[in-house]
Parts: sequence; structure tokens; C-alpha cells
Amino acid sequence: MPFEVVSGSQAAAIAVQRVGVDMVAAYPITPQTAIVETLANFDARGELGAEFVSVESEYSALACCNGAAAAGARVFTATASHGLAYMHEMIHWCSGARFPIVMVNVNRSIGAPWCLDPDQGDSLSQRDTGWMQIYCSGAQEVFDTILQAYRLSEELLLPCMVVFDGFYISHTYEAVDIPDKKQVERFIGPPTFPPQVVPGEPGNIHGIIPGEKQIQLIKLKYEAMMKAPALFEGINSNFEEVFGRRYSAVDAVTPRGAKTAILAAGATAETVRWSLPQLAGTGMIQLRMFRPFPAEQIRAILKKSEFERIVVIDRNCSVGAGGIFAQELKAALYGLEDRPAIYELSLAGGIDLTGEMLIEMVESIDQNVKSGYRWGDELL
Amino acid sequence: MKIEEMNRENEMLYSGHSACPGCGAALAVRFLTRALGPNLAIVLTASCWSIIAGVPPLTALKCPILHCPFPSAGSVGSGLRRGLNAKGKFDTTVVVLAGDGGTFDIGLQALSGAAQRNEDFIFVCYDNEAYMNTGMQTSSATPFGARTNTAPYPLFKEGQKKDIMQIMAAHSIPYAATATVAFPEDMEYKLKTAQKISGFRFIHILSPCPPGWGTESSETIELSRLAVSSGAFPLFEVRYGMDWKMTLPLEEKRTPLSEYLGIQKRFKDIDRDRLRVLQEEIDYEWEFLKDKVKRSEVLK
Repeated sequence: MPFEVVSGSQAAAIAVQRVGVDMVAAYPITPQTAIVETLANFDARGELGAEFVSVESEYSALACCNGAAAAGARVFTATASHGLAYMHEMIHWCSGARFPIVMVNVNRSIGAPWCLDPDQGDSLSQRDTGWMQIYCSGAQEVFDTILQAYRLSEELLLPCMVVFDGFYISHTYEAVDIPDKKQVERFIGPPTFPPQVVPGEPGNIHGIIPGEKQIQLIKLKYEAMMKAPALFEGINSNFEEVFGRRYSAVDAVTPRGAKTAILAAGATAETVRWSLPQLAGTGMIQLRMFRPFPAEQIRAILKKSEFERIVVIDRNCSVGAGGIFAQELKAALYGLEDRPAIYELSLAGGIDLTGEMLIEMVESIDQNVKSGYRWGDELL
Repeated sequence: MKIEEMNRENEMLYSGHSACPGCGAALAVRFLTRALGPNLAIVLTASCWSIIAGVPPLTALKCPILHCPFPSAGSVGSGLRRGLNAKGKFDTTVVVLAGDGGTFDIGLQALSGAAQRNEDFIFVCYDNEAYMNTGMQTSSATPFGARTNTAPYPLFKEGQKKDIMQIMAAHSIPYAATATVAFPEDMEYKLKTAQKISGFRFIHILSPCPPGWGTESSETIELSRLAVSSGAFPLFEVRYGMDWKMTLPLEEKRTPLSEYLGIQKRFKDIDRDRLRVLQEEIDYEWEFLKDKVKRSEVLK
């Protein structure tokens, strides 16, 4: 298959072109802009095959996707940071309406003050909106995950957010294996999910209902989402047959005798992976799927490993509580016998992670640091 | 027009809907769906009609209604049109239905975006001049001098009603028109005219609200007629922001404004000064419209 040197943003846009969508709603925001620009270039060359709508805000971008998905159309939009925050109401609405929308969010810090670095607080603020969330650690993963996200979404009738770090992934160029459109069509055909708006058929679609009905719909949504980890495995088996690569909702590197694991999601996972040779007795857990939270899979990994402590890299901070991945991990391991100790390294503000920082963090645990929470800037 | 003369074949509003007695909005949508149906899809933003439509699986209309969040009407309409096109359903008329809040206030940005892109649907604003679904709070469509629950006694709505028709005309859209329930033929003409045009079309319907305005349910049509004859709500159409035309002949002798306001409790204790301000506004609007119509004739 042909390798091309592309940025993470270009990989995302090419994936959308290969999937074949009916409509793209576009609005610029740093560091996402290159995605919609690349899609606009496809459109200009007549290679997009979709309606391209330059809307007047992120809110409208997702609202526009909403309307098109209601007609049974496959749609795409991308955003970041303040754009995602501005969409918040529509983000809830899309999952309630069970629209299989795929959206890319490129992580960026939220103000005030203005900051462009890749804090994950934007996407993690949307964790309770009923969207699946998958975090990617490189351009190849971005490309592949977008293909898989459409399959997941359309099968479960739930929207899916594909998330990756601003600049470290969006603006970094890598060699990416890019299959042609025909190959991608072998993996994902045209959309087959049912339209909600059918001309000629009366319907009071998403009209007002009492709480007793609402809880039933929430239950259905919950049950659908809990199928995602197993379905993701199945989709990856199929993906492997076609493309020769596969991913898991969570995967781990468990060297014999390793007592410490570093848990990371997104670009930091790649840094951890490359730093492992310098970190004696240390393994890692890469979290790809964050919603639904793959608690069972993490427990299974811990059962097989010798990990006694986990250092969670959180490029985010829920002020008043701590890192969000760490909180979720603690909740997932609640009640587990031989629960590992959990330490947190905060990269809030989107600060960079270096191998040196990792070494110092892991060594400071060996020195029996009392506090489990370290601010990354103090390790710089 | 007599009731017997009305075309009842395409009736699309079911009886048993949840509107208040005498609701101008229910009547407006009845005329609207009858004129544009049956191949119709409605995008409906948060407004009185969110309730009038009923509780699913029941429905008040014989066509699909897609509910959407308050600020999103213009954008959901754009998406639905594009989605239907992608599925080859070019023949379906897409109507976006919003109240004055969803048009003049919270929906203005998406409305402006859709108008500027010349999206191919009809945006219908049924204007009852306040947030009536939540119980009569001030909107930017509330007329100067009216009392609302966010401008209670001794307060009153300050500032003029936003001129949405000038805003829409400034977008140079193919068609924009005003209409109201006392003139169903005029409304039907405008809706059918709009349906034949492609691109963005905007219809502004004044729909009196008995509980909000403090009137009897039997007075809705009379109010609607007085709004037109007093000049408070002139009936006209604009093509491409340039070609302005009155659809009822201009009359120099208008019904006194006090007749229109006098039967509405929201204007109960309006004083002479405020009445004069309102009258001046209306007089200015008429001169403005006459001027626009005259210029349009010169252009031809």
C-alpha cells in the first residue's frame, strides 16, 4: 500500500474523503483548520463527492450535521477547544437523537487566557454527553480510527468523537499508509442507517416527552454504548483482514517483572512507548477508548500483569479533583483486590512530555514521594 | 374569504393539538401546511409549537416535524435540505418554523448564516412578540411600550421592535414577505410564491397570542386585521432586497393605533407620550416602505 508523508490533520481529512460522506460542515479553528482546508481542496478538485457547507459557527456546524443525519446522510465535522465548548448543547442533542455523526476534536487548551497548547480539557468536558470518544496517538491511528468510527457509530447509532493532540499530532508529519477509496469501500460501504425524516410520513421527531420515557431512552443509549468495546474488537478483526493492522480499546506493554505502569492517551502514549527502554521495570497502558470507559479490559490487563502502581499522565485537570483519566481509572478499579497505587502526572495546559520528565516522575515514586500528584511544570 | 370557500383538501393540522384557544400560531401553521403540503418536512425550534405539536408518538401535523435546539433552526434546516438532496429527495419542501425568540434573538446568527449562504428552504417566523411558551417574557420582537413578565409594572418594554424584515432584506435573499392570519389569501399567495422560488425565503407572520397579549380568544383575527389597518404590521414582499411591493394597497387613512392597542391588556396603561412614540415609529415605517416601493418601480 502507498505510504504518504502527511500531517495528522491531513490524515484525518483523507480518511473522510476515503470513507465517502454526504456532507461536510466546516468552520475553522486552530489547530483543526487544516482538516477542513484539506477537505475543501478535495471539493475544489471534485474529489469529495459531498455537500461542503461553510457555516458561520461551530454550533451551526454540528447543527447542520444534525439536520443532514436526520435525512439519513453520512456527515463529518471537525473542531477544537472553544469550538467544541460552543457546540455543547448540540453535542448532547446528537446523542439523544441517536445520530451516527463522526466528529474530530483536536485537543487545545480552553481560555481564559488564550492558549493553543493541547490540553485535553476540551474533549474531556464532553465526557457525559453520550458520545463515544477515541484518543489517537499518531497520524496512522487517526486515519484508521476515523474509518472504524463510522462503522462503530452507524452500527450503534451513537455519535463518535475522534480525538488527537493539537500540533504534536495535527501539525506533525509522519509516513502514513493510505489505502485507496476502493479498499476503504471494502471495509465500509455506503451508509445504511435509517433516515428519521421521511417525507410523506408524519412524525413528531424528538418532541417533548415525560421523564419516565426519557429514562427508557437513556437506558437504550447506555446499553448501546456498552457494546462499543466488544464491537470495536470485532471491527478491528475485519479491519485487520483488509488492512493488516489492528487496535484495541486499551493495550498494554507488560515487561516481565515490571511493577510500574504508565497510563496515557493520545500523543503522550507514543512518548511513553519510546521512553520505555530507558525506564527499567516499567510498562505501559495505552487508553484509546475513553467513552465508554473500558473498565473490564483494564482490569483484565492488571490481572495478567505484575503492576503494583500506575502513573497516569493527564494532559488536563479537573480543578478541585485532579486528572480526569486518573479519576476514571480509580473509579474503574474500585473494589478490586490488590488494587495498584495510582500516581498522577499533570500536563495541564497542554505542556510537553519528555523522556526526562518520565524518568524523574518514576524515580520520585521510588523515593516514596508522599503526594501522589505531581505538576508537570515542576519536572521541566 | 368565507370558510366554505377555503380549500380544505390539504388540511394537515389534526384536531386535538395542544394550542391555547384562539392561538394565532396554530392558525398560521394550519394555513402554511395547507398551502405548502403535502410533501413537506418541518424543522421546529423551541417555541410554543414545541408543545402544540403534542407528545410523541402523537403528532399534530400530517408531515415530519424535526425538533431542534433553540439557536439551531437555520443550521438544522440547512443540514436537512442538504441531507434530503444527498438522498435524492429534491421535491420535498423544507420549512423551518421558529417563534420570534428563535428568529429575532437566539436564532439570529444561524438564520443570518443560512440566508447569506442562500440555503434552499423557507424560514417561517411566527411572531407573537414575546417568549410566550415560557409565559410572556420580553424578546427583541416585543413592541415598545408593552408590558411583559420581565418588564412588569411600572416598567414597560424599552426600545423599538427589531426590524427583522430590513435585516432579512439586507441579506439580498430571493424572497421575503410579511403575512398575518386575518389575510389567509395573502398568506397563501406569499407561501406559494415562496415555494416556487429556490434559495432562501423568509416569511414573517404576525400571530396574536390571547394569553400573552391579554385578549379574548375570539379577538385574534380582529387583532391581526387591526395590526395591518393601523399600519403596525404592513403587508409587503421584497425580492432580492431591492424589489419592494405592498400586497395590500397603501391607504393614507389608517385605523387609529389606539384601536389596535386598546383591546390588549399588555398596553393597558400606556400613556400618551409612549403612544406618540409608537405612532411616530409606524409613520416613519410607512414612509420608509412607500419610498422603497417607489424606488423599486423606478428600477423597473
